[in-house]
Amino acid sequence: MNRLARGAAVLVAALVVACAGPKETIVLLPNPAGQETAVTVTQGTRQVVLAQPYDGARLGRSGAEAFPSSAQQVQAQYGRALAAQPLPPAQFTLFFVEGKDEFTDESKRIVDSVFAEIARRPVADVIVIGHTDTVGSDTANDALSRQRADVVRAAFTARGLAADKVVTIGRGKRELAVPTADGVAEPRNRRVEIQVR
Amino acid sequence: MMKTFSRRLGRGLAVVAAALWLSFPAQADVGQIKVATGQVFVDRKGQSLPGRVGLVLEADDVLRTGADGSVGITMRDNSLLSAGPNSILTLEHFEFDPTTSDGRFDARLRRGTLAVVSGRIAKKSPQAMTVRTPSAVLGVRGTEFVVSVDE
Repeated sequence: MNRLARGAAVLVAALVVACAGPKETIVLLPNPAGQETAVTVTQGTRQVVLAQPYDGARLGRSGAEAFPSSAQQVQAQYGRALAAQPLPPAQFTLFFVEGKDEFTDESKRIVDSVFAEIARRPVADVIVIGHTDTVGSDTANDALSRQRADVVRAAFTARGLAADKVVTIGRGKRELAVPTADGVAEPRNRRVEIQVR
Repeated sequence: MMKTFSRRLGRGLAVVAAALWLSFPAQADVGQIKVATGQVFVDRKGQSLPGRVGLVLEADDVLRTGADGSVGITMRDNSLLSAGPNSILTLEHFEFDPTTSDGRFDARLRRGTLAVVSGRIAKKSPQAMTVRTPSAVLGVRGTEFVVSVDE
């Protein structure tokens, strides 16, 4: 009798635990860049793939179940989380005079836009990545790309940006904006990319 | 002879150390809080820090929001994660090489709501980023999505 009661208690407890298990929902959102996107939801051996905007999956005791969601439903349930999303990183490119660490005139104006973007953000951090064209050796270009990144950093700190907010990276001729053979003086490759985050 | 050798060894070790440091320049700096409203805490190594805008995050940090709280973070690889009220989000693992975009990012939502915009790690390799919930593993393929866990 006692044993039966205990057995029943265990069974009830197990049911309560099972019913009270967390309910989970996943919804794929549209991608503004229009790239192909998907989320795979794997629960044990079962898998649901969300591949269209507002495809949803609910996870419960009985496994994953697909459902169609909508912009309104997402806003109602996730409005606070979405409102807290940081601004996406902003990207700028400055171009350089051949073989030098000097900006072109047009690029001087872009620096103003970079500062406007920094001012928009409560705690901006800035990543500066220097590149070169393919004229010269790797060693020379690595040094030149770093030099270009440093010039940009110096220009930024001179205008009042704290040095510890700027990370500089030199990539030499490894990542060409315009693919060329070696030894080609391509102005569009002599650049510094700036990410304001 | 011995002196030259040890000097050379010393230089060799310095190069190795520099290479290691360069390949993982910021493991202790995996991201930053960019948005915070209401109550936000970051649990780190047994301590609970106020989750203020500007706080630099580390791997293993646990972000918690109160009933009126929300928090938005930008990771080193440009992933954006933001959590609504009553949420618990753990940055379980983060490794990122800014030169190659190789790395690994695993986050876990224990409770609450989360919006995700994946970054360079997921773009480089679709297997390299996951978000875990109490019962599932979400694989991310260059994407925006939302997740909720109700208790």
